[in-house]
Amino acid sequence: MNILVCLKQILDPEIPARDFRIDPVKHEAERGAANLVTNIFCENALETALQFREHHGTGTITVLCYGAATAEDSLRKALAMKADNAALVLNDGNQNPDPLTVARVLAAAIRKLGAFDLIMVGREAGDWGAGQTGGLLAEELGLPCVSFVDRIESNGGKLRLNRQTDTGWELLETEVPVVVSVTNDEHNVPRIPKVRDVMMSYRQPLTQWGIGDLDVAADEVRAGNSYYEVAELSIPEKESRCEFVTGDTLDERVETLARRIVEVTRAL
Amino acid sequence: MNAVDICLFAQAGFDKAAQGLAGAGRRLANSLGTELHAIVLGPGAHALASDLSLVVDKVVTVDQGEYEPETCLSALTQLCRELSPRAVLLANDTYSQEITPRLAHRLGGSAVGDCVDVHVDGETFEVTRQVYGGKAQAVIQLKRQPAVVWIRARSFAPANPLAVAGEIKQAALDIPPDTRTRIIERKRETQGEARLEEARVIVSGGRGIGGPEPFDLELKPLADLLGAQMGASRAACDAGWVPPTWQVGQTGKKVTPDLYLAIAITGASQHMAGISEAKNIAAINTDPDAPIFKHCRFGIVEDYRKVVPLLREKLVALQK
Repeated sequence: MNILVCLKQILDPEIPARDFRIDPVKHEAERGAANLVTNIFCENALETALQFREHHGTGTITVLCYGAATAEDSLRKALAMKADNAALVLNDGNQNPDPLTVARVLAAAIRKLGAFDLIMVGREAGDWGAGQTGGLLAEELGLPCVSFVDRIESNGGKLRLNRQTDTGWELLETEVPVVVSVTNDEHNVPRIPKVRDVMMSYRQPLTQWGIGDLDVAADEVRAGNSYYEVAELSIPEKESRCEFVTGDTLDERVETLARRIVEVTRAL
Repeated sequence: MNAVDICLFAQAGFDKAAQGLAGAGRRLANSLGTELHAIVLGPGAHALASDLSLVVDKVVTVDQGEYEPETCLSALTQLCRELSPRAVLLANDTYSQEITPRLAHRLGGSAVGDCVDVHVDGETFEVTRQVYGGKAQAVIQLKRQPAVVWIRARSFAPANPLAVAGEIKQAALDIPPDTRTRIIERKRETQGEARLEEARVIVSGGRGIGGPEPFDLELKPLADLLGAQMGASRAACDAGWVPPTWQVGQTGKKVTPDLYLAIAITGASQHMAGISEAKNIAAINTDPDAPIFKHCRFGIVEDYRKVVPLLREKLVALQK
């Protein structure tokens, strides 16, 4: 089984809201003191791929990034987690390309990398959260697509996919090749690579391409906004002052809490 | 044609999401000076169509059996090509989220998801959505048409009933089933009758709950007293304490209750993104600086293990 996992490097989404700033002209978050990290759902996808390979004893895992030069760190970490191959497509244009641009670049890079049975992406990224890469990539490659998958097993020549729905779960059977978007669950929490493996990963080969190396319309890709464009970005004002319930004893405070709850729910 | 079309998977019926979707669709259609049409797919399509006909100008039902990703996408693509709408609006269920970008791609349009506002500025569709895990809000201009958009349907006001009910038609489509991918088992994990997104009161637990047992022994009896549904943070779901269907947040359920009671939940922005439309948020947390309190109407700084049993007693007493 030839597996490809797409990774996106993003600003650490865990930074506290009070430290979050935006650049109102460029319409993006300011880097500030935030670290760059691999998007968590991409890591859930990689973890799912690694477990699939461990369970079935065979398989090659290639990781692919389209991003800035710093995205090499996400790929090195993936190699340290024991992905086999890594490729970086350097973004030398709009740093926030729209979802269709991303899908076109990834599709072109995937075609150039070879033939894959299973192409995996995270369900969405922790920065823009568009959640479109999987679906658009499937369309660009002419493949079926299954979203919100949390477990993958091999069943003969086919794959069995467990996916989360808003009311429960579904089991799907699919032929390969297929595009799968992965969501988090208790089984695919990403492993922490060993320090030694992280160091070793920097000695491994890493394919690096520019947009010009791919079969895409380079000018359109560099503009990155033929699908949609962010016209405004703002931090909404929150006006909420919490009333901390008061009282001399815990009993009195909880009594007040209970009354407040009854007031707003009128459920009793 | 160039109408606004709303697209619904019928299984949930004419719920708050379907009503909100129709309301959003009607307001958009009015601003474009065009009709509002509905496309209804899946089992239950005929029942939902008659409810919808009271608020939309025309309903098309698609007799396509249960949802299958590839077959459903093909059917919807064919129908949208015939109807050539300017905008297609969908709700925020799994199937709508899955199908939206692919449908836009096939129609040569632009997709965007998780929208809290959709409007048209001249010829351009603009949508508002939360980004950066709810820390910021973006207005996004769509460059292609049709606009294919999934919205937080429950937070939109419903449409006014029409004087004359809309016409209902069944689409005659000839879509061969796609055999590459098929759903072989469907499992619903529901908590009683109501869905989390429809709940008026939600009792939700986070990492600080400490394990699966207190969800059963402490939070569940409290939820029962309040007639509430149970929710959880991503941390509690990832720990395997409760099913993933309980997850509230950016990547979980977007809920709109009258009261969201957050117990031992810090309030990371990705969690807050799921409850930004809640009418009231209240919290029980040991940390007075927990971000959750910045969004609360009221709260208590205390260990939930001390508060919850006492709270149940007080609520029982108030019930009398």
